[in-house]
Amino acid sequence: MFEINLGHYLTLSAIIFTIGVAGIFLNRKNIIVILMSIELILLAVNINLVSFSVFLGDLTGQIFTLFILTVAAAEAAIGLAIIVVYFRNAGTIRVEEIDKLKG
Amino acid sequence: MENINLITSEIFISLSLMSLLILGVFKNNSSSIVYNLSIFTLFLSLLINLNLFSYNNFYLFNGAYKVDHLSNFMKVLIIVSGIFVMLSSSKYLKINKIFKIEYPILLLSSILGMFIMISSNDLMVFYLGLELQSLALYVLASFKRNDQLSSESGLKYFVLSALSSGLLLYGCSLIYGFSGSTNFDQISNNISEVQYGLRLGIVFILVGLAFKISAVPFHMWAPDVYQGSPTSVTIFFAILPKIAALSVFIRFLYVPFINLIDQWQTIIIFVSIASMVFGAVAAIGQKNLKRLMAYSSISHMGFALAGLAVGTNEGIQSSLIYISIYLLMNLAFFSCLFMLKRNDIYHEDLSDLSGLSKNHPILALCLLISLFSLAGIPPLAGFFAKFYIFLAVIKEEMYFLAIVGLLSTVVAAFYYLRVIKTIYFDSQTEKFDINHDIGLKISLLVSTLIILIYFIYPSPLQALISKIVIL
Repeated sequence: MFEINLGHYLTLSAIIFTIGVAGIFLNRKNIIVILMSIELILLAVNINLVSFSVFLGDLTGQIFTLFILTVAAAEAAIGLAIIVVYFRNAGTIRVEEIDKLKG
Repeated sequence: MENINLITSEIFISLSLMSLLILGVFKNNSSSIVYNLSIFTLFLSLLINLNLFSYNNFYLFNGAYKVDHLSNFMKVLIIVSGIFVMLSSSKYLKINKIFKIEYPILLLSSILGMFIMISSNDLMVFYLGLELQSLALYVLASFKRNDQLSSESGLKYFVLSALSSGLLLYGCSLIYGFSGSTNFDQISNNISEVQYGLRLGIVFILVGLAFKISAVPFHMWAPDVYQGSPTSVTIFFAILPKIAALSVFIRFLYVPFINLIDQWQTIIIFVSIASMVFGAVAAIGQKNLKRLMAYSSISHMGFALAGLAVGTNEGIQSSLIYISIYLLMNLAFFSCLFMLKRNDIYHEDLSDLSGLSKNHPILALCLLISLFSLAGIPPLAGFFAKFYIFLAVIKEEMYFLAIVGLLSTVVAAFYYLRVIKTIYFDSQTEKFDINHDIGLKISLLVSTLIILIYFIYPSPLQALISKIVIL
């Protein structure tokens, strides 16, 4: 029987992490997609921590995960608020149009 | 719980922050009361911290929180700069109509986060402190919410900072997995041979930290955020998070991973050289003074990192001296920037400084002192800051780093001197207002005087810092 070990979990989380990072850099349309990518990165970290925690037999990783989930929620809330503020001023949230600051 | 008195200042700040929030919500028009009370809170916590100054190597919460000379010194630096930032910026806030109760409360909560970062001895505590600090900073950057530039800078800072927190967390998870603990001391006990995952984890965490102090190649947010956010927030960005992140750099590199110095030393040297050179070169064409200061701070962070790359106590101490003097120089420069006000509009372009010396000789002199000090010209404090760094670097025979550093100061001197040339030799423009409030005058006077007379009396700072022994 095929057995799932630590390496598989780590690979899964590495793939999700890469998708998240690539999503931030390749995305040219919408900031909401960037928020989702950030969320993906944090979820990849959570998978990593939980699987390490299970295979090490140590609870710290799972507690860390709980903290990360909480912080991620706060971060998403603040991020959405900033996006709303920006949209009121600029009338757009397309990534390529956010270019008033440069030099 | 034993030793709980060691975190009195953290407890005090968090309690007063919550009660100030309640006061602000229930009392109408209470913004100036809340503002003054938060300055008072910071002042009291400064006294508490000075009272705890002699405690060294105490652990709390199962070894997750550490109080030692480094943390005490950095906390005092944070509070002092926080007080001066708040003193100098109150009028700016009133004129720009962002003098609201949330502003000082967000400043206090971000300072609380920095305290937790500085004292953390555990990846989990460190992450929580970092997030408390940066969540408040996201809001502060976009605080002038009817201004497109401010909200754009907040948005940019949010996206990039959240990305860097994600990278940092991934590093934390790898380090946890490969060493079996999140506690810094236990990590250093558990690692015997260099594992691949561990190395990757260090790199990821260094990326996250380098982002926080805006070192090249993770600097791209700094110029935009500095320029877009209100000047009162820019001065905060320029000083406080860098102090906190630098002390985390020291704790993280020198406690758990001191045995892996061969692995991370090259990275730090690269980041340091790249920041020094890039900060010096990219600032040359800048017209906006805040943007100029962003590049200048990138290059200064390169010098501070050069001290850390050395790997000796002397190197750490020289970079601590560097960051303390960097604080003063930035405070002096931004206080001058707060004085460039004409008919309730603040000016922040290089051309606005033209001929300043004819209309405002004292302000021009203060700017001259702070710019000369930023450029590292003796006998001002900025020279000694660079001098200690080069001393430590040369002592470990890292000549390449020293040579690149020296050359980049030469390049950097060009744009500082160009600003001075604009002040003293260009044709004069209209006068600026001179009705500045007392807090701004005090912070400009204090910072300029310390920069000026540091060379006569350098021993107090050195005596304080020589007590900080990490290795």
